[in-house]
Amino acid sequence: MGTLKSRVAIAEQSPKERRSNFNEVCLGYNIDEARLEATRCLECKKPKCVEACPVSINIPLFIKHIKSGDIAEAAKVIDLDSSLPAVCGRVCPQEIQCEGSCVMGKKGEPVSIGKLERFVADWTIKNHLELTTKSSKRNSRVAVIGSGPAGLSCASDLAKMGYEVTVFEALHMPGGVLVYGIPEFRLPKSIVEEQINQLKRIGVRFELDVIVGKTITVDSLMEEEGYGAVFISTGAGLPRFMGIPGENLNGVVSANEFLTRINLMKAYQGDYDTPVYIGKNVVVVGGGNVAMDAARSAIRLGSNVKIVYRRSEKELPARAEEVHHAIEEGVEFCFLTNPVEILSDEKGWVNELRCVKMRLGEPDSNGRRVPEPIPNSAFSISCDMVIMALGTSPNPLIINTTKGLKSERWGGIHVVNEFGKTTRPGVFAGGDAVTGAATVILAMQAGRKAAAAIDEFLRERDSKHFNFSSAN
Amino acid sequence: MFKILRKRELAPDIYLFEVEAPRVAKTANPGQFVIVRAYDKGERIPLTIADYDKRTGSVTIVIQALGASTRVICSFEEGDSFVDFAGPLGQPSDFIHFDPDKINGKRFLFVAGGVGAAPIYPQLKYLKERGAVLDVIIGARSKELLILLDEIREKVDNLYVATNDGSFGYKGFVTCVLEELISKGNQYDQVIAIGPMVMMKSVAESTKKYSIPTIVSLNTLMIDGTGMCGACRVTVNGKIRFTCVDGPEFNAHEVDFDEAMLRLNMYRSEEQKRLVDIERKHHKCKIGRTM
Repeated sequence: MGTLKSRVAIAEQSPKERRSNFNEVCLGYNIDEARLEATRCLECKKPKCVEACPVSINIPLFIKHIKSGDIAEAAKVIDLDSSLPAVCGRVCPQEIQCEGSCVMGKKGEPVSIGKLERFVADWTIKNHLELTTKSSKRNSRVAVIGSGPAGLSCASDLAKMGYEVTVFEALHMPGGVLVYGIPEFRLPKSIVEEQINQLKRIGVRFELDVIVGKTITVDSLMEEEGYGAVFISTGAGLPRFMGIPGENLNGVVSANEFLTRINLMKAYQGDYDTPVYIGKNVVVVGGGNVAMDAARSAIRLGSNVKIVYRRSEKELPARAEEVHHAIEEGVEFCFLTNPVEILSDEKGWVNELRCVKMRLGEPDSNGRRVPEPIPNSAFSISCDMVIMALGTSPNPLIINTTKGLKSERWGGIHVVNEFGKTTRPGVFAGGDAVTGAATVILAMQAGRKAAAAIDEFLRERDSKHFNFSSAN
Repeated sequence: MFKILRKRELAPDIYLFEVEAPRVAKTANPGQFVIVRAYDKGERIPLTIADYDKRTGSVTIVIQALGASTRVICSFEEGDSFVDFAGPLGQPSDFIHFDPDKINGKRFLFVAGGVGAAPIYPQLKYLKERGAVLDVIIGARSKELLILLDEIREKVDNLYVATNDGSFGYKGFVTCVLEELISKGNQYDQVIAIGPMVMMKSVAESTKKYSIPTIVSLNTLMIDGTGMCGACRVTVNGKIRFTCVDGPEFNAHEVDFDEAMLRLNMYRSEEQKRLVDIERKHHKCKIGRTM
């Protein structure tokens, strides 16, 4: 049997249909399609895809199980390294990770590793497969602060090691960016809920509505509540604004606000109380995944949407698949364009975005060409809503309220090694809180590494205790 | 779930709820607020903390049934629960960082409008215990809308009451009383105003003339209340600040009130529509209370 050069096509909602709903765009493989796609894997001896996966899933092995139709076995292989496969299969930028390194990609298309991972994870959920059994109980409590991807993966690994884990979350739902940021049409919330339920079944406790730094502190967790170690994974959730005139006008919102109203508060569904303002002509400023999510959400609520980005198409930081989907759905792009002022009508509502044309100048120290304004190129876009998707930075709350924690000048938590060790003994940190806004899978990787380091820290502490007491 | 331990009607459509929330009670300070979500499909609503008891683990809030959600919340009874009660949020009032001798004998004037009389209560309590001299002006549209008068009278040196229609106390706005007190020669080290935005704006204008340091507690729109969205942003001294993390209390003389009032109306039409919807349904069933 020859190997298929091209991927097995995957079913998607048509652009016309999906423009008016929030249902998932990509419908996923069925078992026959998954098994056929799996036959494209060459089962390399030295698999490059595993090297390129931040959590090193044994990709050829789980794909081999798909080939033979043993999906439960495939699920067990993935579970050894990843606690959120249904999420990662959907939102990882596979083109620069596993799939980007697949040898099949050299002559044709790489194996659809992400879609296969997703297939296995969805199958696991549908068939109520119980994956993990806990190892022997360890008598130490660990607090995980923040329930985004980093926190969930750390909590998962620690629970599997037998620790008593409590996750503290400020919002009323766990999941971090998975529930308030990434829209339903890319990541159904029922999937996130299922993944979190799996964690609950292996003993992870969740305490919601707890804002660490306000409701409790890291110090009180360690000194009063008996937590032996703490993992800080509070993300980078503070939105940036441009600082241009008119930014506080009505109709100007951060992408975080717009997406939180839609995803977390379900403002687009009639029976939920939270309102969301929807413009007829919406401009989204920015070029990352968050900008795409905001633009595509606005399209679904009936807006005409333009994305304004100061560099060119080539530099867009968003995933290629999402840009492609956005274009299919009718989002218009204005490249090399930068806003300078927002104007309003007499009632204080935005009605015009003043922009200038940009060109790419000399490369900066990172080799990226710096955009610079073209003189006398000002023009206006008429609009009734502006969504700012300019990136986010870490919340200073925990750093400001925790003894002995050092921060970076830009606001991230300072870690002394790749395992997330901070300057305070017993306190570890990872994910966007340390790196600034990055990806789901990198946050998960940080969570896993910290879990290993926390285990080592607690074992060492316990053995010292033991030596001390036996010496007496 | 956060159980309602006590419910008390303070005035028509204004209710006090004492809620079981030990973690919030333990770390709460005067000036802070909570975000409440009453039921599964409900919105997140910011409410200033009106009292707290660290010993019993309860936190008191006061809610006026103004919109769709607050109307449903006010139909809750003792023994019912809020699904979410997050806090304490925001910065505590500045004076909790003052030396005790900086408070002892200092003269504070509180100006409270409408339900704004509730959040001043923990502040009065705190300052009274530390020997401050406290004058309070409370205002409402009419007599039956005045709340917590007895509780507040107990904590203060002088209480002045104003109603717009003259049904109780001075006839007119709280600012008229404020102007009169100042023109009579009363000296204040600090004015603190809490109430409707337009009231806080006019208090700020009055005290600015006399250069009296003045603090206002802003009641902007909010969603998360932890700094992640910027829905609550205001311009203070020319800079963008987030009310939920940098405030809610700000120097009144630096706040751009006109902008803040405009932003408060951003969802006015959606809110009106929702209110009509919910009133229609509310007569038949207790909407939203499917838990």
